[in-house]
Amino acid sequence: MALLTKKDASLILDPLADNNPITIQVLGICSALAITAELKASVVMAISVLFVLGVGNVVISLMRNIIPSKIRIIVQLIVVATLVIIVDQVLKAFAYELSKTLSVFVGLIITNCIIMGRFEAFALGNGPWKSFLDGIGNALGYGVILIIVGFFRELLGSGTLFGFPVLGNPIAKTGLYATGYENNGFMIIPPAALIVVGIIIWIQRSRNVALIEDN
Amino acid sequence: MAINTEKNSYTVIFATLMVIVVGTVLAFLASSLSDKIKENERLEKQQNILYAMGINQNKGEGSVKFIPTDQVAGEFSKYIKEQLIIEGDKITKDDQAYLIDLKKQATAAKNGETRKLPLFIGDKEGSEFYIIPMRGKGLWDAIWGFVALDDKMVVQGVYFDHAAETPGLGANIKQRYFMDDFSGESILAGTEYAGIAVAKGNNDPLNKIKDDNEVDALAGATITGNGVSAMISESVKLYKDYLETIRVK
Repeated sequence: MALLTKKDASLILDPLADNNPITIQVLGICSALAITAELKASVVMAISVLFVLGVGNVVISLMRNIIPSKIRIIVQLIVVATLVIIVDQVLKAFAYELSKTLSVFVGLIITNCIIMGRFEAFALGNGPWKSFLDGIGNALGYGVILIIVGFFRELLGSGTLFGFPVLGNPIAKTGLYATGYENNGFMIIPPAALIVVGIIIWIQRSRNVALIEDN
Repeated sequence: MAINTEKNSYTVIFATLMVIVVGTVLAFLASSLSDKIKENERLEKQQNILYAMGINQNKGEGSVKFIPTDQVAGEFSKYIKEQLIIEGDKITKDDQAYLIDLKKQATAAKNGETRKLPLFIGDKEGSEFYIIPMRGKGLWDAIWGFVALDDKMVVQGVYFDHAAETPGLGANIKQRYFMDDFSGESILAGTEYAGIAVAKGNNDPLNKIKDDNEVDALAGATITGNGVSAMISESVKLYKDYLETIRVK
């Protein structure tokens, strides 16, 4: 790759698998539980975090030499909250329909520990370009897991994907439901997300034994 | 460039400057955009009211489609023939009644003042709709909506919205498959204004039974559903006296 050095590329690619923020670092679990009952919400959240983390990492990286270390967490929080509120207000004025869809995510984005975690662990110690790549990489890694979890929860819990019925009609008993199959109501509720994430972690670690910590 | 970022004085100055800069930016943004946001909210209210009485662009079983914002003002004045404000026994007409803030009126009522209750009378192809605005509490924040009734107190349509219910769960109260179930239900149980309950065990997922004052609940959204039930029953009770005067017995 001409545009990205090998090291730069690893900033984007590592969080997708072997350094995934959700399955390896176990960050951002709260939003992974809350909003993955439907695939659509997962995708919207993934895109929102991609934007906020990419921009936020650059802003924090640019400010890294002037932020007083004693209040750095508060400064990071203010930066991310300001960014999100500005976007929310501008959307409310110029793209009202879109803002209605996104406004419920605002609180979840501000308090997302992946965002604070990358500010603290990466952007405070690295330049803007690297921080940008790190932000994009981690947001993608987060988004991939969110979408996988959302896919299984919506498919098994509601029998739909993006709201479209893919397994037939559960009430009229058509399609797969004609064979006696039932939606699993447990998949709709948040604990199911923990189980799906747990299965992903299990598969990932059994494929790559190096990820298992020694006791 | 060597700044000693560890010094207390630096920390204080940095914090102060940051607050001033961020505060100024946000205040500037909020005040410069507030007119546009208010206008958007006003049009949205008109869309919601029309939606409840069935003036929308829904097709088949798809998603919620409002009248487009550039046509909504015209459609609103065409279909909404009267807007009333009910204040105790006094009923006045007011073209701006739909802009009344229900939250402020509820606070006023708590402080012992008479609350202003807005009510909209719509006319679609000769049939009359009485549209009541509602406001209640969901799991995380406020929920609100409109319910359109005919003169027999049968629901002709509803619209629900929310501030911050969980996406994929409580947020689905504004999906058509939930709202459409309310049409045809009566808010009366006998002669009592009971409202409509969002019930988990009503054993009627297709919602064919229209006289049970119940619709099927959303899985995983119990508290939001209970909030919707409470909002409907509390709101119709407020309008009870007026509705009694127009009800065809």
